[in-house]
Amino acid sequence: MATIDKSFDAGLHSEQLSGRTQEIFFSAEEDENFVYPYNAFEVDSSKKAEFDAQSLESTDINLKIRELMKEGFGHIVVQNPRAKHSIGVGILNRLQLDFEGSLGYFGCGLVDGPNIRISGRVGWSFAENMMAGTIIVEKNAGSTFGAAIRGGDLVCKGDVGSRTGIDMKGGTIIVGGRTGTLSGFMMQRGRMIILGDAGPNLGDSMYDGTIFVGGNIASLGVDAVAGEMTELEAEWIERKLALYGMKAPNGAANLQKIVAGKQLWNYDNLEPTEKKIVL
Amino acid sequence: MCGIAGIIRRGNPGNIGEEMTSMLQSLKHRGPDSTGFAVYGVPEKNQYVMRFKVAEQEDMNSGFDIHQQIKDRRDIVDSRMKEMGAEIITQDTVTEYAFRYTFRKENGLRRLADYIEDVEGAEILSLGSALELVKDLGDAGVVAGQYNLGNFNGTHAIGHTRMATESDVDIRSAHPYWAYPFNDVSVVHNGQLTNYWNWRRTLEHRGHRFMSNCDSELIAVYLADKMDSGVELEKAMKDSLDELDGVFTYVVATSDRLGMAKDLMAAKPMVLYESDDFVALASEEVAIRSIFPHEIDTFDPYEGEVRVWQL
Repeated sequence: MATIDKSFDAGLHSEQLSGRTQEIFFSAEEDENFVYPYNAFEVDSSKKAEFDAQSLESTDINLKIRELMKEGFGHIVVQNPRAKHSIGVGILNRLQLDFEGSLGYFGCGLVDGPNIRISGRVGWSFAENMMAGTIIVEKNAGSTFGAAIRGGDLVCKGDVGSRTGIDMKGGTIIVGGRTGTLSGFMMQRGRMIILGDAGPNLGDSMYDGTIFVGGNIASLGVDAVAGEMTELEAEWIERKLALYGMKAPNGAANLQKIVAGKQLWNYDNLEPTEKKIVL
Repeated sequence: MCGIAGIIRRGNPGNIGEEMTSMLQSLKHRGPDSTGFAVYGVPEKNQYVMRFKVAEQEDMNSGFDIHQQIKDRRDIVDSRMKEMGAEIITQDTVTEYAFRYTFRKENGLRRLADYIEDVEGAEILSLGSALELVKDLGDAGVVAGQYNLGNFNGTHAIGHTRMATESDVDIRSAHPYWAYPFNDVSVVHNGQLTNYWNWRRTLEHRGHRFMSNCDSELIAVYLADKMDSGVELEKAMKDSLDELDGVFTYVVATSDRLGMAKDLMAAKPMVLYESDDFVALASEEVAIRSIFPHEIDTFDPYEGEVRVWQL
């Protein structure tokens, strides 16, 4: 606790991003500037379609999903994805998308808005750069799960590999089981809830954001420090977990909270050239 | 990038040649330069299998009088085997430059192997009672067809599809590597070792030979060296996580075991499927699914993890 108190006293810790290199990614006032140049389809959530992906290539599966959205289907079920790569990517639409089976690498990347459920497992780099929506993986996930996501809820009910939430810039990642090494590496914003154990170097070089852990933490990474759980956070976690039928094993209030110590070089306000002058 | 795969049938031999071909063909996009198989058959008592070559595939297009040279080299191998007291049982010509022999010999296998490799252009790909190792340029379908692996009955196998990053596109740099001169030990690897030359010098000083400049070969020799000094396979693999630098995931097979190790950075992928009678592992799940039509549960091993399965 001493370290985090010290950082608060020094004015180094806040929920607001700081430093010259940080950007504000979203602003409510800028909503009107969000336009989708393509792939914005009027869909009806009560209109359901289903197809078998067993003999289809990844590109054909993605095209088929788009075709069905174009026809107004708001609920699409994909049977037998057979761990093929890059499926369900770039969906910038409201849509209920169910995969009955497992996905391979780079599944559901760059999505903005859909609600997706995968009954099986997903491979590496799942939901990279997710912008909004919800994704629920019923079994396990590979490494770099939720890399650089900016928004939405990304849930894996099983175990996840290493570098979970690397470079995440917003949104929420929930892991029902354990995560591997370097989870939350260079995390910039958002929240990660790990109900099981966390691997070595948790939150290494994180800029901001918060990580909550229910199990054991093998070790903290550079500049990751313990934070103090607030009642508000515990309530928020309980509500969030309940949405997906999950629960913290010993109650949300007993999760460990990890935040950035903000002692790394990038938290001073000097540019490298200015630093030379000062030093 | 490279793709690696392994399968083990627990107590139920089957067509592992076809299964491994299917897995490696699914991983073709991870490495199109060469493909290799280490397949483990059901051993015959007091009988050894040796796979060797006396030229590289690329020599066939450029070597002057290469066809006569191959014939001469093979004759020398035959005479040296007889000289060393090996009783040759069968001789198969798999390609013009690669051969499969079965033979009987009481002891002195290392001396025999050294003597055969002393022949110009000769390299033993594998030697053991169960292991048969084949590797060549081309994808899994091409290599399996060329070496007639489609109906190979056995207990376990490992395989590799190679994208050449650290060394040449040739058979010598293709995986798997046999842990010369240890019977039935083979290795496939995905990654890079950064203290390769340090370890190579150390191992050469201890009398081990290297046939390539490929860092993957070092893992096979490293494990062989450990086991030679009485260290168990699993312990040797755990030691490798501390002593070998770099990012790597590798798979090793012996006459009755299959193992995998993943380095502490966990930067190279591996997916596992495990049931009571079958274990399959590969760089991508799509390879495992190519041999299981039904829905299966898979998972990733974690950083610093070593697993070994017994037949």
